[in-house]
Amino acid sequence: MADSTGGDGHDPSRRDFLYVAAGGLGVVGVAGAVWPMIDQMNPSQDVLALSSIEVDLSGIEEGQSITVSWRGKPVFIRHRTAAEISEAADVSMADLPDPESDAARAEKPEWLILVGVCTHLGCVPLGQQGEYNGWFCPCHGSHYDTSGRIRKGPAPLNLPVPDYVYLDDNNIKIG
Amino acid sequence: MSGHSSFESNNAIVKWIEYRLPIFSFIHSSAVVYPTPKNLNYWWNMGSLAGVMLVLQIVTGIILAMHYTPHADLAFASTEHIMRDVNYGWLLRYMHANGGSMFFIVVYIHILRGMYYGSYKAPREILWWMGIIIFILMMATAFMGYVLPWGQMSFWGATVITSLFSAVPIVGDSIVTFLWGGYSVDQPTLNRFYSLHYLMPFVIFGVVFVHLWALHHHGSNNPLGIDRKGPQDSIPFHPYYTVKDLYGMGVFGTIFAVVLFFAPNYMGHPDNYIPANPLVTPAHIVPEWYFLPFYAILRAIPDKLFGVVAMFGSLLILFVLPWLDTSKVRSARFRPVYKMLFWAFFIDCLVLGYIGGKPPEGIFIVAGRLATALYFLFFLVLPFIGWFERPKKLPDSISTAVLDSGGGGAPDGAAAKAEDRG
Repeated sequence: MADSTGGDGHDPSRRDFLYVAAGGLGVVGVAGAVWPMIDQMNPSQDVLALSSIEVDLSGIEEGQSITVSWRGKPVFIRHRTAAEISEAADVSMADLPDPESDAARAEKPEWLILVGVCTHLGCVPLGQQGEYNGWFCPCHGSHYDTSGRIRKGPAPLNLPVPDYVYLDDNNIKIG
Repeated sequence: MSGHSSFESNNAIVKWIEYRLPIFSFIHSSAVVYPTPKNLNYWWNMGSLAGVMLVLQIVTGIILAMHYTPHADLAFASTEHIMRDVNYGWLLRYMHANGGSMFFIVVYIHILRGMYYGSYKAPREILWWMGIIIFILMMATAFMGYVLPWGQMSFWGATVITSLFSAVPIVGDSIVTFLWGGYSVDQPTLNRFYSLHYLMPFVIFGVVFVHLWALHHHGSNNPLGIDRKGPQDSIPFHPYYTVKDLYGMGVFGTIFAVVLFFAPNYMGHPDNYIPANPLVTPAHIVPEWYFLPFYAILRAIPDKLFGVVAMFGSLLILFVLPWLDTSKVRSARFRPVYKMLFWAFFIDCLVLGYIGGKPPEGIFIVAGRLATALYFLFFLVLPFIGWFERPKKLPDSISTAVLDSGGGGAPDGAAAKAEDRG
């Protein structure tokens, strides 16, 4: 009973190999079985299928904004006035905590499209308020300018511009 | 039999924890050095397998609950959402649905093993009771879980099974209205079944703990059914039975995987892929396979009240089995008459299961009544068997039996002596 390996099983490295091989296979098997249980928490197919929207801009007059829902978040679409555009374009990069030119943030200057989620802790900022006449977040007092760039307050980054394309003059596709 | 622990460690952190919470010595004494009869066969794998299945059901169930909606209008669609949209949702739902069936297979074998080897006898009666309580809780859990997809079989199964309580004299209808939370199976019923289906596995988990507590107090029974007489009759749980249990899990997992990947709907019913319709009953209502023997007993009695009484009685009678069996010899290996009776009972259960899945007409009615009578007859004649049966001679100890016969088999041909019978 003490040594029942029998035959030519005297080489101790054979047993070590069996231990490691069996253990290794076990780890791979368990990892394979656990992965579906983790991956199920990622977005499901129906959620992924709804991740882009189309918006008609024709009804938005100059100086007006609309808010649309995209991936469960508010997206601000603002038809900017000439004053707002020039105000946004004239800012010196040195004054910006997160330097970015207005031209890089708005493909057509009159249309500003922003994800309306404050980059501090996720509240929705209020439009045309604050010290820079852009957006103001009431939660912790972050001020954004007419290009949606952070100017003052605890938020570290500008309001993000989502990926969008102009399908024609009056229609955009976000996402 | 968990006994004193020989656990020692030089690790400072382990020692610090051990002094305050003796968890390492507890694990050591109950799962590592835990003395176990040296002659357990593969039928003793079912306990740990059942534990694994319980955990798997809880894990997959918690995951399904993340994606399921317990609402009469949305439940069916959310189940299909799991099947089609959720990453690996098809796998997790099939794992849970078939896992229930596999759990019952394991538990049925576990119960039959206990009956064959007399594991319910003194001093393991409370251990046996805890097992029956777990079994009944499992049936309630499985029934409520089957309602959740809100298909036709879900709905009408819920209607039929809850209506069993209407057989109770005088207050029956009030009980059913109470269970439903309305005048029919509907949204309140679904919502409470969901809540209870989530709760029950944790109750089962608690009873399993008591089951194990009782088990570890006197230790496992064994195929010979005789008590251990000393350390020579035991081996440590680890590595001998951890390895044996793991091997059994590998075999069981392979069978599970074959069902899961190649026949995931074999044990289900196609009508449950039709959304629940309170206005139309499917032509042929059948419960899940694991309820069929009891369903056959219910239908065998041509009286509403007594049918329900017989069905619940067929379960509850298991509680008094330790006293109905008057023989002091545990293992059927040494009980020639009981052994035959056991296999007759086993076949009768299979027959009942077969009849439970057939429509209640023609020959099946007669056969169902006969099989039901035989089911209860087993428990009726059991006390008398113990009195007249002459058991075979029991081996002196586990150790001698194992070493003599080389495989732990019964010493066949030994002259039966009357001294061991009760």
